[in-house]
Amino acid sequence: MERRWLVYPYHIWMLLFTVVPLALIFYFAFTVKGTYAFTLENIQQAASPVYLKVLWHSVWLAAVSTFACFIIGYPMAMILATCRVKYRNMLVVITIIPMWMNFLLRTYAWMTLLEKKGLINTVLSFFNIAPLQLLYTDGAVLLGMVYNFLPFMILPIYSVLMKMDRSLLEAAGDLGADAWTSFRRVTFPLSLPGVYAGMLMVFMPAVTTFVISRLLGGGQYMLIGNVIEQQFLAIGDWNFGSALSVFMMILIIISMALLSRYNKNGNGGMLL
Amino acid sequence: MMRFLRRSYTALIFAFLYLPIFILIVFSFNDSKSRAAWGGFTLRWYEELFSNSAILDAVYNTLTIAVLSAVLATIIGTLAAFAMHKDMRQWEKKIVMNLTYLPILNPDIVTGISLMLLFIFVKMNLGLGSLLLAHTIFNVPYVILTVLPKLKQFDQSLYEAALDLGASPSYAFRKIVLPEILPGIVTGALFAFTLSIDDFVISFFTTGSGVNNLSILIYSMARRGIHPTINALSTLLFLVVLVLLLAVNRRVTGEKKQKHA
Repeated sequence: MERRWLVYPYHIWMLLFTVVPLALIFYFAFTVKGTYAFTLENIQQAASPVYLKVLWHSVWLAAVSTFACFIIGYPMAMILATCRVKYRNMLVVITIIPMWMNFLLRTYAWMTLLEKKGLINTVLSFFNIAPLQLLYTDGAVLLGMVYNFLPFMILPIYSVLMKMDRSLLEAAGDLGADAWTSFRRVTFPLSLPGVYAGMLMVFMPAVTTFVISRLLGGGQYMLIGNVIEQQFLAIGDWNFGSALSVFMMILIIISMALLSRYNKNGNGGMLL
Repeated sequence: MMRFLRRSYTALIFAFLYLPIFILIVFSFNDSKSRAAWGGFTLRWYEELFSNSAILDAVYNTLTIAVLSAVLATIIGTLAAFAMHKDMRQWEKKIVMNLTYLPILNPDIVTGISLMLLFIFVKMNLGLGSLLLAHTIFNVPYVILTVLPKLKQFDQSLYEAALDLGASPSYAFRKIVLPEILPGIVTGALFAFTLSIDDFVISFFTTGSGVNNLSILIYSMARRGIHPTINALSTLLFLVVLVLLLAVNRRVTGEKKQKHA
């Protein structure tokens, strides 16, 4: 166990499979296609109004879905944390099970519900409501995001609330706080690390997704993830695709930095 | 009143989470291509599923890659965790830890394209091999992060005591160290296995043409539109997940009860 050489293979592993691949993205982002010549053109193109608009749209949708998950998920996390012990375990498992189902199938499920001749429109037609265009809209993409990522919001908040010292609430009550005040002044501030962790865990996959937008938003629908995917797999412009990926990484780093600034006391409950 | 509110909210959330899956399941038995009208009970989508060689191949690929990449990642990750635990200076440790975390924090799409660029750069053939390598690569950090805490908990003096009592290093390792950290290794392996089964994005970028895993296949089928065989597939997968999770949950609660008793 004392041999130093044991470290080096892992150093090489990381260099090869973490550092070099990321370096390649930067390399392609800053070179002219097919040559080794340095350029800023890809970056400039990625920062052009068309793509900034796409980027903004992606951030906006991800932010709205994160907020929706927070509003919907917080009460659920509280219910889980405060319910009777004998039900708690079961309720948590029920919350988790959908997460174990293949992500694409969960998204696909909504395709069948939302489409023109789908179940929702059929039900509406019984009430003599003309079929609505539900699939391939912003709303469908948002719904898909909330549906897929809601458990990521509930679980971190739940685990922080579970660790909270209940006697604080009794103390607040003894000092004359009503239920709402003690929630606002005690429970909620203490649960913030979980909220930030949850927000990160919803925002990150939402802002980078290309699957939900492709399946529920349709072929024309573009988020930053779709543009990147297309550049690599359909158009084959790796240099521009890499430049866009660099933008996406910067975006992720900024949002992580923002959220972790509020999350100084660290271990804000990862999954369970 | 409060209780009623809590119950109905819980019911609402669970309905939201489960209704789409439930409807998918119901319509997998529907003898009509319609997604809204009931045309009678049938098993023909299941027959189609089991005679569809593309789907069966994808299932086979998914499982093979999940098992192999979990095994490889567990070996590599455990060795790396030992190395990181023992042999590193402080500054070195910091860099290595951050680089280990990096792939976990990076969006899948970035990991996917970066690995694709690497594989193409070294002129590797994209296919099952690259898929397996990619899965092993993204699994290793998760194994490290489950094994490392166990190593930190491990009391080094036990190992030294074994040596003092005449055990050879490898014997002491097998009899003293390994049993202590085994739970971490097993958790890491299971983690790696499930991540591999569930992965779509990284696989999507690192596979070659014609080589599918289940996720890639579902994506390309769903992109072409809706088909009842996908419903049948979902039903089966959902059942598998349900049975596995309930079994694990039972085992865990069973263990807890035993410990308390």
